[in-house]
Amino acid sequence: MPDNTATSTLDGIAHEPGVAKPDAVLVADSVVRRFGGLKAVDVEHAEFQRGAITALIGPNGAGKTTFFNLLTGFDQADSGSWTYDGKKLSGVPAHKVARRGVVRTFQLTKALSRLTVMENMKLGATGQSGESFLRALVPPLWKRQEKAIEARAEDLLERFKLDKKRDDFAGTLSGGQRKLLEMARALMVEPRIVMLDEPMAGVNPALTQSLLGHVKDLRAEGMTVLFVEHDMDVVRDISDWVIVMAQGRIIAEGTHEAIGRNQAVIDAYLGAHHDAPLTEAEERQQLEEADAQLAAEAQQEHAKP
Amino acid sequence: MDFGLIIRNALRAAFGDFAAVYALAAIGLNMHFGYTGLLNFGQAAFLALGAYGIGVTVTYLGLSLWVGIAVGIAAAVLFALLLGIPTLRLRADYLAIVTIAASEIVRFLVRSVTLSDYTGGSFGLSNFADQFYALNPLDGTQYGIGPIQYTGRQTWVLLVAWSLVALMTLLTYTLMHSPWGRVLKSIREDEDAARSLGKNVFVYKMQSLVLGGVIGALGGFMLAISIQSVQPDTYSTAITFFAYAILILGGTARVFGPVIGSMLFWSLLSLTDNVLRQAVNAGYIPPSILDGTQIGQVRLMLVGLGIMLLMIFRPQGIFGDREEIALDAR
Repeated sequence: MPDNTATSTLDGIAHEPGVAKPDAVLVADSVVRRFGGLKAVDVEHAEFQRGAITALIGPNGAGKTTFFNLLTGFDQADSGSWTYDGKKLSGVPAHKVARRGVVRTFQLTKALSRLTVMENMKLGATGQSGESFLRALVPPLWKRQEKAIEARAEDLLERFKLDKKRDDFAGTLSGGQRKLLEMARALMVEPRIVMLDEPMAGVNPALTQSLLGHVKDLRAEGMTVLFVEHDMDVVRDISDWVIVMAQGRIIAEGTHEAIGRNQAVIDAYLGAHHDAPLTEAEERQQLEEADAQLAAEAQQEHAKP
Repeated sequence: MDFGLIIRNALRAAFGDFAAVYALAAIGLNMHFGYTGLLNFGQAAFLALGAYGIGVTVTYLGLSLWVGIAVGIAAAVLFALLLGIPTLRLRADYLAIVTIAASEIVRFLVRSVTLSDYTGGSFGLSNFADQFYALNPLDGTQYGIGPIQYTGRQTWVLLVAWSLVALMTLLTYTLMHSPWGRVLKSIREDEDAARSLGKNVFVYKMQSLVLGGVIGALGGFMLAISIQSVQPDTYSTAITFFAYAILILGGTARVFGPVIGSMLFWSLLSLTDNVLRQAVNAGYIPPSILDGTQIGQVRLMLVGLGIMLLMIFRPQGIFGDREEIALDAR
């Protein structure tokens, strides 16, 4: 059971798509993204509760990652708008979204292979004066800040148990360690919202537990967490609220218990009528209908000159 | 065969003006390709703009050489912006295509008949660097250590050219050990990751393209000054590919890679040239296999073969770290 207050604040809320939250930090309205003829994302209204862990689930191709890409500026929406803390976030380029405190990770982990673990971490810090070209030429102007950043990075590496790897190239880390590094690096940005795209994909069960612990820590520190995940055990374990997408739309919202019982969700994952066995009479009737339809089509075919 | 002469010439080439000019071109490329991952196949154009910047300013406009240098740098900056604005938002391959085309466009422009009043057409321009040689403080006739001797005039060019190489190497070192350099390297590894951490990738790529281009233009200045002339066909794509060969030879993304790579490249060229020439003259190689006029091409083949072998047995170049190269970029 999630052991915090966010759940209780979400207690009395209706379990329906697009429901209003008591303290929404991120609000999206009529977001549409088309790929050719396909509406990959078509979200009418979505709100994300501040300080809660919200899981975004749905079958493959439901548009979860695309929705993430839109919210973080990595892709452009065809229409729609969204706000962060009441300020418009739609149309803001990706790097500015990150600087405002909305930081994401990627489904395919993006460890910067030929940078060391420590360099990866230090890159995450924002507002570095040494990142300006002219000031970079005069080390005394940024050395002190660099030291402070390094100290912060060391604390985080210790927390994520990567401190022994600090001088290794990130490319030498295992898949799970890369996930840890990516999360730790995202924290260097000092985000308010952390968006994790399949944080547990390809991670062994032991490390999953440790990653879950880290995600809960984020909430404990007051951050808002949004994550896309396929593993329902993970979703059950850490999420305060679950949003289900299918074919670009939000089809259900609620706590994970409610979602498990939701017919629309079951249909989306398994297809409608998956559990209704046909009687012999029904089966015969369906066959006859199909035959009749085929016959009708054949006649039409004939009728053509 | 006179091995003393062969080695003397190889050493002279290692410290010669071409080695310095190509070292500058490769330092610029290292900034682009080695650190930022930008595939610039048009480095020759940056050298050309530097060279023609001084050539046209002095010969056609009649202004001083120092104005010419400012014009050359400005031209390189503008050219980088022109290339970068449309392509740097796109995938890396687009820059490669655009730069190789643009560098040929620059060459065809300066050798065109229409512009020949300004650029001298296919003959180019000459005798515009007197102001540079007037500053020569060396009054002796010969300078050098042991067997490597240069005239006073050559020594002056070499002093300035190698000082520029040293300065640009120092600049690269300083930048690559700063947070700015860290951002460049992160863009090389994965620009989406850099973006997700709040870095304005486009601006950094542009800065890198401009800086590397200006360093290339410095190479163009020294090339034009050392031979007191510019000719359009000097600035063909061969310059770009020699610079890439040098960069790979020395080791990409290494501060000293381009410098040592260039010295080695030019001494290897001189070595193969001299050995072949003497072998042909002494009759060790019969004229039916190789005659004197073919040596120029064959030495390039041999150097190419050498670089291929290097790639097979030491893919990281001279300074590179094999483990680092072996890491998947993604």
